[in-house]
Amino acid sequence: MTYDILITGLIIIAQILAVVVPVLISVAFLVYAERKVLALIQLRRGPNIVGPFGILQSFADALKLITKENIIPSGSNKIVFILAPIITMVLSLAGWAVIPFAPGWVVSDINVGIMYLFAVSSLGVYGIIMAGWASNSQYPFLGALRSAAQMVSYEVSIGFVIITVLLCVGSLNLSKIVLAQQTVWFAIPLLPMFIIFFISALAETNRLPFDLPEDESTLVAGFFTEYSSASFVLFFLGEYASMILMSSMTVILFLGGWLPPFDVYPLNVVPGVIWFTVKVIFILFLFIWVRGTFPRYRYDQLMRLGWKVFLPFSLFWVVATSGFLVYFEMLPN
Amino acid sequence: MVLYSLTFYLFSSVAVLSALMVISAKNPVHSVLFLILSFVNASGLFVLLGAEFLAMILVVVYVGAVAVLFLFVVMMLDINFVKLREGFLQYLPFGALLGIVLVIELGILFLTDRSSNIYNNQTPLQPIVNEVENTKMIGQILYTEYFYLFQICGIILLVAMIGSITLTLRDKGGVKRQNIDSQNTVDASTAIEKKKVKIGEGI
Repeated sequence: MTYDILITGLIIIAQILAVVVPVLISVAFLVYAERKVLALIQLRRGPNIVGPFGILQSFADALKLITKENIIPSGSNKIVFILAPIITMVLSLAGWAVIPFAPGWVVSDINVGIMYLFAVSSLGVYGIIMAGWASNSQYPFLGALRSAAQMVSYEVSIGFVIITVLLCVGSLNLSKIVLAQQTVWFAIPLLPMFIIFFISALAETNRLPFDLPEDESTLVAGFFTEYSSASFVLFFLGEYASMILMSSMTVILFLGGWLPPFDVYPLNVVPGVIWFTVKVIFILFLFIWVRGTFPRYRYDQLMRLGWKVFLPFSLFWVVATSGFLVYFEMLPN
Repeated sequence: MVLYSLTFYLFSSVAVLSALMVISAKNPVHSVLFLILSFVNASGLFVLLGAEFLAMILVVVYVGAVAVLFLFVVMMLDINFVKLREGFLQYLPFGALLGIVLVIELGILFLTDRSSNIYNNQTPLQPIVNEVENTKMIGQILYTEYFYLFQICGIILLVAMIGSITLTLRDKGGVKRQNIDSQNTVDASTAIEKKKVKIGEGI
């Protein structure tokens, strides 16, 4: 009896490690890729010293940051101050529990997978808001307030985009969402929603052009101004891990997850996990490309875009999609 | 089975303890954080009951939106901690009354004849596994049997929303707003005005 529990526990831990370790390694390479792509955009070389083509640069940086002194400001609320980066990190990894990488390759294939992802991504704001409050300093506090307002606003339109996809699928299970795209990826019939989701994902992960919570030209470094060493690393890892998580969510909702673009001979022998990875890398490249191209939004413009453009438009699309599905009797059973 | 009971006791004890901390923590921000912990544990209990949709809705609505706004407001309050302590005993009788009423209600629920209600079979310890997902089941019952109640809920929410907007909407004069459409339609003919300036006179 107890032996069985031990075995089950070990299997669960092995599954978790099998997901979390590749995610953390891909975070390191994402940071390297971002610096390299930005360098190419700006006609620079980027990191090229550590390892061949500078490929080990992120590991060197991580080592440097971890070995530095961890400074906790004397005026801070210490427990919350330490808890904030941990929460950010944990939440950015927790979402991976339901991501299907290939048919059956999922830690927990729950019925409400997409709701779980939505819940986890909406909790991400707590790490930031706690960090801003606990630092007891002006710039982090302003960053935290901005982030709270921003993430709550964009969640609403993300919710409507998810509802539109769910109307076409008829299930909240992520594997079923992928399988519903066998005829056509949802990015084609729901193209406007795909664009809205991508832009909202940028805002939800606090990436440029919506990185106002950490806007370095006005807020020093925003909510993590007071953080150093290992706690800074946790924020950094958390931000990039949630970036990859949002990209995976985009791929599952709109780009057919592990499915090949066409179900023909040379394409459908490639393993699903490879298609999944390629698509996630494509979306991540878009994230970096946007960062290298667009200037930062002003705060009132950001709020206007969220509430006055995306919200009415996505609401209209929910109604239009459901009307279309009902009229042509294409509703999933 | 052992694992199930262990998780149940973990979630329920943390939920009760953090609920206690909500009312006993000195710092109101800590209170809100404990409230969030309590919400998360309650949603864990829902998952154990097999009501995964309710659990996720609890996290999305209460933790992801309502508690964020709570935290937002409480963080910005200028709080005098000493004064806050003074009021504690003043509200104690009322709080105690509410608690007693709740305990009595729960007691009545447990002591009434169980054969008459849905608990006539023993309460299931394991989640009920159905062919139909419980998201679908909620939808099937909510939009058919309880359709009018559902609509009334929507209208109540709408009224509350309109009310809060009217209370906070103040049209102050002198606020500069950006009109993006008019900015985008600007071209050289409307933006620039050519003037012949006479020497020594100005415009």
